[in-house]
Amino acid sequence: MPDPLPDSHSPLFVPEGVPGYGELEGGAPGEDGLRGRAATLPVSAPSAEALEAARQGLAIKSRSQFRMAADRFIHHKMALLGLGIFLFLLLLSTIGPLFYPYSYTEITNQFGTGPSAQHWFGTDTIGHDLFAQVLHGTATTIKTALLVAVVATIIGALIGALAGYYGKWADQALMRITDLVLAVPLLAVLLVLANKFSKQANSWFFVALLLAVLLWTYMARLVRGTFLSLREREFIEAEHAIGASDRRIILRHLIPNAAGAIVVNATLTVAVAILIEASLSYLGLGIQPPDVDLGTLVASGEGDATALPWLFYFPAAFIILAILSVNFVGDGLRDALDPTQRVST
Amino acid sequence: MSGYIVRRILAGIATLIVTTFLVFLLVAVSGNPLANLMANPHISPATIQAARLQLHLNQPLLERYWTWLTGVLHGNFGISTTGQPVGSQLGARVLVTLRMVIPATVIAAVIAIVIGVVSAVKQYSITDHVLTALAYLFYSTPVFVVAILLKDFLAVDVNNAAGHTLFYTIGQNNPGVTGTWSVFVDALQHTVLPVLTLVLITYAGWSRYQRASMLDVLNADYVRLARAKGLTPRRVLYVHALRNALIPVTTVVALDFATIIGGAVITEIAFGWQGMGQFLLQGLTGPVSPDTNVVQAWLVVAATAVILFNIIADLLYAVLDPRIRYA
Repeated sequence: MPDPLPDSHSPLFVPEGVPGYGELEGGAPGEDGLRGRAATLPVSAPSAEALEAARQGLAIKSRSQFRMAADRFIHHKMALLGLGIFLFLLLLSTIGPLFYPYSYTEITNQFGTGPSAQHWFGTDTIGHDLFAQVLHGTATTIKTALLVAVVATIIGALIGALAGYYGKWADQALMRITDLVLAVPLLAVLLVLANKFSKQANSWFFVALLLAVLLWTYMARLVRGTFLSLREREFIEAEHAIGASDRRIILRHLIPNAAGAIVVNATLTVAVAILIEASLSYLGLGIQPPDVDLGTLVASGEGDATALPWLFYFPAAFIILAILSVNFVGDGLRDALDPTQRVST
Repeated sequence: MSGYIVRRILAGIATLIVTTFLVFLLVAVSGNPLANLMANPHISPATIQAARLQLHLNQPLLERYWTWLTGVLHGNFGISTTGQPVGSQLGARVLVTLRMVIPATVIAAVIAIVIGVVSAVKQYSITDHVLTALAYLFYSTPVFVVAILLKDFLAVDVNNAAGHTLFYTIGQNNPGVTGTWSVFVDALQHTVLPVLTLVLITYAGWSRYQRASMLDVLNADYVRLARAKGLTPRRVLYVHALRNALIPVTTVVALDFATIIGGAVITEIAFGWQGMGQFLLQGLTGPVSPDTNVVQAWLVVAATAVILFNIIADLLYAVLDPRIRYA
């Protein structure tokens, strides 16, 4: 997670005792007096405020907003649990196949057997080892979803911010574009394109780009909505009154205030990407054989769901686990990045 | 305001034309519907030529789109690649899909708002943790997994326990049922599980939005002020907090309509309903596909609904948040 306040590079930045962001602490004058953002400034002379504080034997120990968010995040049990599960799935699916004796394409002489010490998740009716397939499927699903979220968030936040802040023709133009992308029902376009192009090698990469190009609109609408109501608030009016630049208002005030929404939505995008990618594969239009993902595994398990239920349960459980863990992380980030919910740490 | 609405509707019509044009091109170039016929040695070239003329495949793309567009404006959706008029199937299929989508949306929205508010007001209580866990679980479960769980496991168990078929898992109704009451009961028995599927996967995400926005509002200064000046908790909650907390959620509900339609496509496939979603998939992957007229018919219905809901979302935004003005 990048620092939500990338403003230390801005020539406009002046160290201020941001109310609520600094803590007064006793300490030796001058020693470790200014830390965090202020310390990164190429200004040799300490600010008047710091001098005043030092004179009184007090130093303002400022913590960057990123540091405070990180502190809150590591105290969030569900977020840590989610992060743990997600990293576990990531490691298991990338490193696991190196140590597991079967590959996902290998056909064994065991047909439709239940979970055992030899085949951890059992085998399907063709003789594939399900554990090896689930590991590979998880890797495919996760890498697709991460790529989708990164691309969709960047496009969506940028367009939503411009539309929400500048309003007028910029808003009209940008929102008509998002309307267009929103109005083309995602699934139809996905189905058409996936039907045509997913047959080729590296179908996951193509499916990911397709999803990103169609999913950014949610982020754009959300950021625009937040900006629309934020820009009417008094503190933005005050910034305008003291002559702040648009860049400063957007970076220092609007984006930090919208950060919670952006981060929650970006996380939901990962989850949505996994859902849609798996759904495409379930319909037979996403990842193509011999490659597998969790959606194709559930689809092939559906036919025997009553007789060989593990073929359905294991891949379904891994999809749910992957999305669950991402959502836990998202909620933790929301609590961590929302400045109105500061907890003393 | 009315000027704004008119402008939005005009923009919506323009969007619709651009959308249908783009998808038309996309579908038309994605494959040749006659490829299977041409590969079949038992079908004569004359038959194939007749099919080509009937489907206007001999015309250039732009002309084909124009033929389609003028046809739709006259109420003619063209014929499918199997030779039936598309328009005659459309009405029945839309009704089938609406029978699933409308109850699911309404039920999911009501459940989501109630659960979101309860979760936020009792933040970090046991109630909140249980509701949160459930919402996470359902939000994290793909439509088709819920559908399979309900039809292959729950429905089988319930029907076995009841000793007769309580829930049907295939089709939208049984043929040959007569009498208003019997038809209603039969439809209900088919509808419960698909609607439940859509509700479960839909309410969960919305309740998280409602909880998040309710928490934002509850921590806002004006709510603190409302409490400080001694208003009753009930009044603070419903008048000062909830009304503001509904703003982001209305947008999400309206915008998610496209997602619900998408979910309905998969639910229809899973439960074997002959609705719009099944129509779309048949047009894309059926034996004589791609079927441009079928896909376009689905698109006109779905895109119109999505555009309407977008306009409704923005209007609701202005109604609920007086700070937002559309001139």
